[in-house]
Amino acid sequence: MKQRLSGGQILMESLLAEGVDTIFGYPGGAIMPTYDSLYDYRDRLNHILVRHEQGAAHAAEGYARVSGRTGVCIVTSGPGVTNTVTGVADALIDSTPIVVIAGQVGAQMLGTDAFQEVDVVDMMQPVCKWAYQIRRAEDVAWAVSRAFYIASSGRPGPVVLDFTRNAQIEQTDYEPERVRFIRSYQPIPPTAPESITDAAALIAKAQRPLVLVGQGVELADAQPELQQFIEKMDAPAGCTLLGLSALPTAHRLNMGMLGMHGSLANNKMTQQCDLLIAVGMRFDDRITGKLDTYARQAKKIHFDIDPSEINKNVEVDVAVLGDCKETLAAVTALIPQLSHTDWIDAFKPFADEENRVVIEPQIHPSDGALRMGEVIRRVSELTHDRAIMVTDVGQNQMMAARYFRFSEPRSVVTSGGMGTMGYGLPAAIGATFGAPERDVCLFIGDGGLQMTIQELGTIMEQGSPVKIILLNNNYLGNVRQWQQLFFQRRYSFTPMLNPDYEQIAQAYGIAHRTVVERAELDDAIAEMMHEKGAFLLQCAVMEEDNVMPMCPPGHDVDDMILSV
Amino acid sequence: MNSNPFASEIATAENALHPTLSKFPIIDDDKMWYTLIIVSENLAGVLNQITNVFTRRQLNIESLNVSPSGFAGLHRYTVTCRSDEVEMKKIVKQIEKKIDVVLARFYTEDEIYVMEQALYKISTARLVENHEISKAIRSHDAKIVEVNSTFSIVSIEGLPNDIVALRNKLREAGGMLQFVSSGIVAVTRSAHEELSELLERRKVDELKANNP
Repeated sequence: MKQRLSGGQILMESLLAEGVDTIFGYPGGAIMPTYDSLYDYRDRLNHILVRHEQGAAHAAEGYARVSGRTGVCIVTSGPGVTNTVTGVADALIDSTPIVVIAGQVGAQMLGTDAFQEVDVVDMMQPVCKWAYQIRRAEDVAWAVSRAFYIASSGRPGPVVLDFTRNAQIEQTDYEPERVRFIRSYQPIPPTAPESITDAAALIAKAQRPLVLVGQGVELADAQPELQQFIEKMDAPAGCTLLGLSALPTAHRLNMGMLGMHGSLANNKMTQQCDLLIAVGMRFDDRITGKLDTYARQAKKIHFDIDPSEINKNVEVDVAVLGDCKETLAAVTALIPQLSHTDWIDAFKPFADEENRVVIEPQIHPSDGALRMGEVIRRVSELTHDRAIMVTDVGQNQMMAARYFRFSEPRSVVTSGGMGTMGYGLPAAIGATFGAPERDVCLFIGDGGLQMTIQELGTIMEQGSPVKIILLNNNYLGNVRQWQQLFFQRRYSFTPMLNPDYEQIAQAYGIAHRTVVERAELDDAIAEMMHEKGAFLLQCAVMEEDNVMPMCPPGHDVDDMILSV
Repeated sequence: MNSNPFASEIATAENALHPTLSKFPIIDDDKMWYTLIIVSENLAGVLNQITNVFTRRQLNIESLNVSPSGFAGLHRYTVTCRSDEVEMKKIVKQIEKKIDVVLARFYTEDEIYVMEQALYKISTARLVENHEISKAIRSHDAKIVEVNSTFSIVSIEGLPNDIVALRNKLREAGGMLQFVSSGIVAVTRSAHEELSELLERRKVDELKANNP
């Protein structure tokens, strides 16, 4: 049954056909015909009006991270779409499926420097998985379906559709499209059977295996397969920042985070293991430290869905391409039940040392100013380790990653590869729409909050129940920490003169409270969690606190400092 | 292996002397010559995405040729550059990762058959005066395709080395007005046709995808 519809209407029908029910967006000149179409679909498509297009992109990311579905943004041409570039780049490096639909001037005006015209496809191509300009209404259904297929399949990522004004207005016969195949694109590379047997053989021989768990495990919904894999192997595991909730924090084989601010034990043992098994992670420099010396002694296996990640930073002995939900299970089936008790016990002295020197003073301090770690751990405990942790970027992020605890998958929303300050607040809003039944706790600093603070307006309008835990230290804390450690305490433009955040929350009708005294902390967190809507909990934390332990940039991964 | 069969304009000493280029030495004699063959869907913007991979990895493209592939809707790119095997492996994977790229492979000189075309515009007066010029043209099997009182045009098809050698001789003899070369085109020497096989396989995949 063919219907005659405008390109804008076809976009709406195509979004519905893809199962979309939530859109983060901001109208403007070149996208107005689409917004006019959207007006008739308000009952089926919930449009969230953000306060800045960057917020739309990050909200779509937060939505996608917690739901596993593709986040959607609609913005206008020119500045509207350039404001999404940061979010698109962020989504690419963190493998997050979003589709950005941007208005564009009419096809007949392309290339004439028309009002709010910008070369979207050329600008976006380096930072997205696919970008395409729709110039005819006839192409809308095909392009939208292709966009969703590309964004969500294989290694997920952002797709940008540059939607010319004429294509939004023109009418054509609408026929639903469903792209399930692209000749030039193989989302899941075939798994070589010998890679499975080779991996199993290496594992069977290993005495000291260590598993590196990345976000790929979550993207593949392979948490059960991962657990069976490490349990049968009896191998300790460390998680990347984005992989933190791929393995429950309390699992006996979970040795904590990897990398620059990861656990001492993981980083020490990386240099002592005889087999390193990476699953759905990309050996980022924040994980490896100095590459030349990284785990030279170990054989290496890399499970990944993206062939271009194999041997990119670290040369491996066996590459297991494919969907790790299947490949992990296949390898698990081939290995006997193993036991590495001595090796696992060898982690303990390091864990004990870190606990004594770093963790206890951070989460159970007896006096002095509030510390970030204790606030985070109490929020985690009082939400029974079941909440979604959203972070901004900096000390708040690293502290949250270290001290929040996870028991459910898809509980980490943070900007990893891009390290985008300003990500937290809009991403948390998106997370409340992606997982409305879950608690969403945002840990954010006084720097990052001000980068996208306008999204408090979105929270006000939507009543989004974001629990904003503002860890206020009156500094750009992470940069300050580096200045202290590596730039002789020359605090170049890191002290932050802050506004009265409670008054700001008040202005937006958001419940709020400030905690200075340790004795008040539990009560304040309880008040925050009892509040039905959003809450701003400002914590006056120690000003010059440092995230420890730390592997200084460019150092060997096991060369960690525990205190200043 | 490090002889230079694909030497084209940019890799010669004269550019090292260019006042601007000489500040940015781009010639690294430790590097080998590689030829990439890339096949993509004929969609807008693919060339940009391919060259972007080279730019990001600070790799200079020495020559680039784009043409239809002989398969409907597919374009073929021949790119030459100097690099090492480790980097080439990463480059082709990053290119192939682009959604609209069907295939990207790299080859060393012994794995492919290459050809390049060049045109030389020379002064007819110098051609008549200096017998070295016609000698050089004959010794390289080049053709004079146009002659008039002002200038003559010489055409050659051959290996990149021939083209550069003839150019150097014509320049030495004086009277060279213009020179252009096409960049190489190449076909593999392999007995198996990877692209055809891949396209056949993808037809099967398409059937499966559409009838799950």
